[in-house]
Amino acid sequence: MKKNLFSNWYNSVLTVVFGALILWVLYALVKYLIGIDTEIIRVNLRLYMAGRFPSEQLERLWGAIYVATATVAFFARATVRNAQTKATEAGLDFERSSWTDVVQRFWPIGALILFTLSFTETITPTLLTLVAAAIGLAAYWLGGMMPMWLIRRSWIILVVGLVGFYAVLVAFGGVGWDLWQGFFVNIVITVAGISLAFPLGLMLALGRRSTLPAVRVLSVTYIEFLRGVPMITLLLMGAFALGFLIPGDFQFSLFLRLLIAITLFQSAYIAEVVRGGLQSVPKGQVEAAQSVGLSPWKTMRLVVLPQALRNVIPAMVGQFISLFKDTTLVFIVGLLDLLRAVQISTAQPEFFAQGLEAVVLPFAALYFWVGSYVMSRESRRLEKKLGVGVR
Amino acid sequence: MKRPPFWRNIRVIRVALQILAVAVVVGAFLYLGNNLRNELVEKGLPTDFSFLSQPTGVTIADSDFDPGSPVWRALLVGIKNTFLLVIVGIPFLTILGTLIGVARLSTNWLVAKAAMVYVETLRNIPPLLIILFVFNAVILQLPPPRDPATPLDWFVISNLKIMGPWLASSNGVGAFLIIFLVAVVVAVVVGIWRTRYSEQTGAHSHRVVWSLGVFAVIVLLGYFLTGRPVSISIPVLDGRVITGGFGGLGAYFAVLIALVMYTASHVAEIVRGSIQAVPKGQTEAANAIALSGFQRLRYVILPQAFRIALPPIINQYLNFAKNTSLAIAIGFAEITLVTFQAIGNGYPAPQLILLLMGAYLLFSLTISLLVNILNRRLQLVGN
Repeated sequence: MKKNLFSNWYNSVLTVVFGALILWVLYALVKYLIGIDTEIIRVNLRLYMAGRFPSEQLERLWGAIYVATATVAFFARATVRNAQTKATEAGLDFERSSWTDVVQRFWPIGALILFTLSFTETITPTLLTLVAAAIGLAAYWLGGMMPMWLIRRSWIILVVGLVGFYAVLVAFGGVGWDLWQGFFVNIVITVAGISLAFPLGLMLALGRRSTLPAVRVLSVTYIEFLRGVPMITLLLMGAFALGFLIPGDFQFSLFLRLLIAITLFQSAYIAEVVRGGLQSVPKGQVEAAQSVGLSPWKTMRLVVLPQALRNVIPAMVGQFISLFKDTTLVFIVGLLDLLRAVQISTAQPEFFAQGLEAVVLPFAALYFWVGSYVMSRESRRLEKKLGVGVR
Repeated sequence: MKRPPFWRNIRVIRVALQILAVAVVVGAFLYLGNNLRNELVEKGLPTDFSFLSQPTGVTIADSDFDPGSPVWRALLVGIKNTFLLVIVGIPFLTILGTLIGVARLSTNWLVAKAAMVYVETLRNIPPLLIILFVFNAVILQLPPPRDPATPLDWFVISNLKIMGPWLASSNGVGAFLIIFLVAVVVAVVVGIWRTRYSEQTGAHSHRVVWSLGVFAVIVLLGYFLTGRPVSISIPVLDGRVITGGFGGLGAYFAVLIALVMYTASHVAEIVRGSIQAVPKGQTEAANAIALSGFQRLRYVILPQAFRIALPPIINQYLNFAKNTSLAIAIGFAEITLVTFQAIGNGYPAPQLILLLMGAYLLFSLTISLLVNILNRRLQLVGN
């Protein structure tokens, strides 16, 4: 205590000044939290989470959440099984992460869900969330019975889950993606953006490192062009100019146009991250792969890429986090996301001009903060587990 | 030896692949460009940039911009406003970020934790959300324009505009400015001379004192000789009109404060990482030759950390410049908002967005070029 806070005179001054500052901030925060009126959140919770999703179709949204939960649970089980098999084949110990471990890793998300449920006005959402948890646990348990061929090809689970997710929402007179709104649309754009931009970015990075001059020039031009402009210009392009580039009778929705814009934009950044990884792989690795007779394709897939991607996990996840944060920009060009929903709520007659932005904007910030925080913590954990920088 | 068939000849394959790639891209551009022209013609919009000289119909808050002026004038005002954000923001975010980054490494537990909380909170929140918060929950809560706050009688603060004291000029200011520039040059020359002198004789250079002294003497002499052409102007409220002083719109300050705070959290992480990246042996070597704590930082650690930190920090400056486009969300008339409004007034979106992207691209590429040159100069010799 003395060593950390009062080792000499200027340290003591710093401690006192900062202590006073922190106490003052804490005091202001507590006073603010006590005086807060959360009526606006309770009234508008559905608007924040799902936007103007038709209320008579709301069960489809819950169904989609269940599909997503089950998919994640199955996939997690398959991933664990795969790691176990590989470790056994290599003759290594396999330590399965315990339940407390999982809770420790993801408790902020659980806490956020509980926090959200505390604003609901009926018991139904809580019960439906409990059902989701039960489905997740059941799927994880059932996942133990998955046949080995499915476990080895765990991407099948993701594809089936994706199709199921879309079908539950849209099939037989459901709700198309034009009406996917609220925080839901932030999550959908994040997941879809990552899954689409990652392969594209990978290809661009390989193109930039290609020995074919034409391919290299094209990739560099694309990457540098997109990295030189702000994302909002791409969104403006998606919202207002993309329609001019395709023949008039073949137009697609705003959601899709913005998703294309975000994917194009983020892929350029992901390409640069991957390039950093590719450059970090020693040349000897490629030569070793060639000397055992691997084809160029196999050299890339089995030797270079695994090491390259492992080396850039933090930068990659950082890019995903910034994609997640950037999804808020879609409201500027007219999509009703969480941030737009928050602004709509403060413009309602009963909440207008009462300074409630100071309540709802921090509320919205919490969702992005928790998401980003958990992602960055997972990336640090993964990095440690894969032993980056350790030999 | 029999030659392989041409479709398995690696040279042929390489050329064919490249031709294919270029053909696909060129084809796509031709197709899209053709569509673009057809659609523009069909909607009755111009297919070239001639619309730039037509009247905008855009009004820009807090400026004497005439809505009847041509589009290109409006775009120029937008560029000027973007620059005002960038030029004022960069010094502030550098100072704040460096302070917080150093604070994170402080041995004082309280200071280090406070800095950590700042960084971890702001880094994980969308910048757009911070801008909206500062604008709605701070700036708009200030007193209304008809009854502004006037702290110290030096400032006039309302939720529309924030004004502070500034310099006002009168006759003879041109001559004074020339003398001012001469003073700067002389001060630099004196500084160089003192450095050389110190290097040759080993005596203390005292270059800061010398330079500032010479500068102050010349500027003061010039100030009185030219008849005191510069005075301090304090904003005065006259009804609803503010005269004198200097300041900007509330929206301008909202964007500035929010983005400086956000970007500083990233800069702080870079500063911390760079200081930590200086090998421990350097600290030990500095201690071994009995440098004081300040000398160790000033002459050993910081110069090396600076070399590591410079490229990523300039990257953050670029991010800051690009993020100023988020001002569109609260209606500050920088280049993106002006473009947006021009599109709203019926001018063709594809050309306008192309111009907008071109402006940002020109700026980014210029900075990248400078950074590359700088990097080459900063590279360690022998590495």
